[in-house]
Amino acid sequence: MAYSEKVIEHYTNPRNVGTLNKDSKSVGTGLVGAPECGDVMRLQIEVDENNMITDAKFKTFGCGSAIASSSLATEWLKGKSIDEALTIDNMDIVEELALPPVKIHCSVLAEDAIKSAINDYRVKNGMEPIEMPKSHH
Amino acid sequence: MELPIYLDNNATTPLDPRVLEAMLPYFTNKFGNAASRNHAFGWVAEEGVDYAREQVAKLIGCTEKEVIFTSGATEADNLGIKGVFEMYQEKGNHIITATTEHKAVLDTCKHLEKLGAKVTYLKVKEDGLIDLQELEAAMTEQTILVTIMYGNNEIGVIQPVKEIAAIAHKFGALFMTDATQAVGKIPVDVNADGIDLMAFSAHKMYGPKGVGVLYVRRKNPRVKVTAQIDGGGHERGMRSGTLNVPGIVGLGKACELCRLEMDEEAKRLSALRDKLENALTQLEESYVNGNTQHRLPHVANISFKYVEGEGLMMAMKDLAVSSGSACTSASLEPSYVLKSLGLSDDLAHSSIRYGLGRFTTEEEIDYAIENTKKAVNHLRDLSPLWEMFKEGIDLSKIEWAEH
Repeated sequence: MAYSEKVIEHYTNPRNVGTLNKDSKSVGTGLVGAPECGDVMRLQIEVDENNMITDAKFKTFGCGSAIASSSLATEWLKGKSIDEALTIDNMDIVEELALPPVKIHCSVLAEDAIKSAINDYRVKNGMEPIEMPKSHH
Repeated sequence: MELPIYLDNNATTPLDPRVLEAMLPYFTNKFGNAASRNHAFGWVAEEGVDYAREQVAKLIGCTEKEVIFTSGATEADNLGIKGVFEMYQEKGNHIITATTEHKAVLDTCKHLEKLGAKVTYLKVKEDGLIDLQELEAAMTEQTILVTIMYGNNEIGVIQPVKEIAAIAHKFGALFMTDATQAVGKIPVDVNADGIDLMAFSAHKMYGPKGVGVLYVRRKNPRVKVTAQIDGGGHERGMRSGTLNVPGIVGLGKACELCRLEMDEEAKRLSALRDKLENALTQLEESYVNGNTQHRLPHVANISFKYVEGEGLMMAMKDLAVSSGSACTSASLEPSYVLKSLGLSDDLAHSSIRYGLGRFTTEEEIDYAIENTKKAVNHLRDLSPLWEMFKEGIDLSKIEWAEH
């Protein structure tokens, strides 16, 4: 299967690879997927006192599309508030990266990682967790 | 050295130019139908087929009459298994095979189960070999066929065919083997090995696609299969259809070349394979899959832990290899062969198969080594699992959110 140019571009030059201090109160961490499934994404956000995302980092074990999806997600997260970030839909990622149907699960995983990171931040900072979408699975 | 480098010779091999040369006249001026007995065009085509049949027979140690040409190994597997099931149904309905067989065998057996066959799928040991005691224990009076592949297409392990044949025969069953990966690569002798039926194809040994063989023993015992394609009664009634003369001529030439060059070629390839494997297993947390003593000379299957195979292949875009990862399949299931060895799913997802071939050079292997190392290191830098492993976190203790 051929990859789209955008997938290849993100895969070759992944943005925001790295690790934030998961113990910091201003950092939210989402770890989703499972090694047995061939995809694990870890997405982290750093959030300031105004609930704005100032930094985002990822590390992903998975295929090119999974790596590209998480790279793109970190790019989109930066500069958004945590409420705005919740509006990122997996289909936006599918569209942007031109993912074929068999790779849609990579975008679902990225959306889950975003929500999971935001929840981690919310819980750490005394906010109610938002409900995780389960409908994709 | 030209890029990309082809290291997927278990999927298919390039046509040897000498094979192409032998085939070409049979597309043009020697175009006759080998079954046309009454004119020179037919005789010329038949001569080509006869010579090819002789070359096939020489390579596997049988007689010409025991060679049934088919469209490939898949058809040969189908004809052998279905043909025996139909022909010997008065004797019994039990077939024994193994979980690591090619789909051409497994799916054929599944089909026969719907038609009343009882099929035993033997598990394999960690190294990919079947347990002979388990085979013996599975044999019954109803067993008509034991079909176990010669060399595995994913990991290259060579089953103990001679011993398997002896067990099958002890219980009065026939022994068939899918030898698609073995014929032309290592010595295969149907008499020394006790093989009653054997399937293989031309395109895995530098011949053309679309042509293969079912070997059917004619003596001790005389084996018969019920035809699965009816028509003009070609191939002693077992496989009708106008012979694919250029393909058959190419198969014959490919067999001739393999027979003449096999010994040296096997030595050269296993040396290159060992070089590749030794270099790549120096990477931390990399493991060779399958038995390393009993295996084909040209296959290396290696798992690089904490990186995903398909992602890895993308990083090695100048290498044409294959992976046990099934990220592209809707089921997300990794290789059933690797899973049969008891490999955890994550290791199966992390595997790469390197298939060397006649045209693989040492320079290409050196390039493949460097390219793979770089890609593995790059992807480990991106891998959360690698980071966790390096921090000493036990990944098996984490509750993963399965998706």
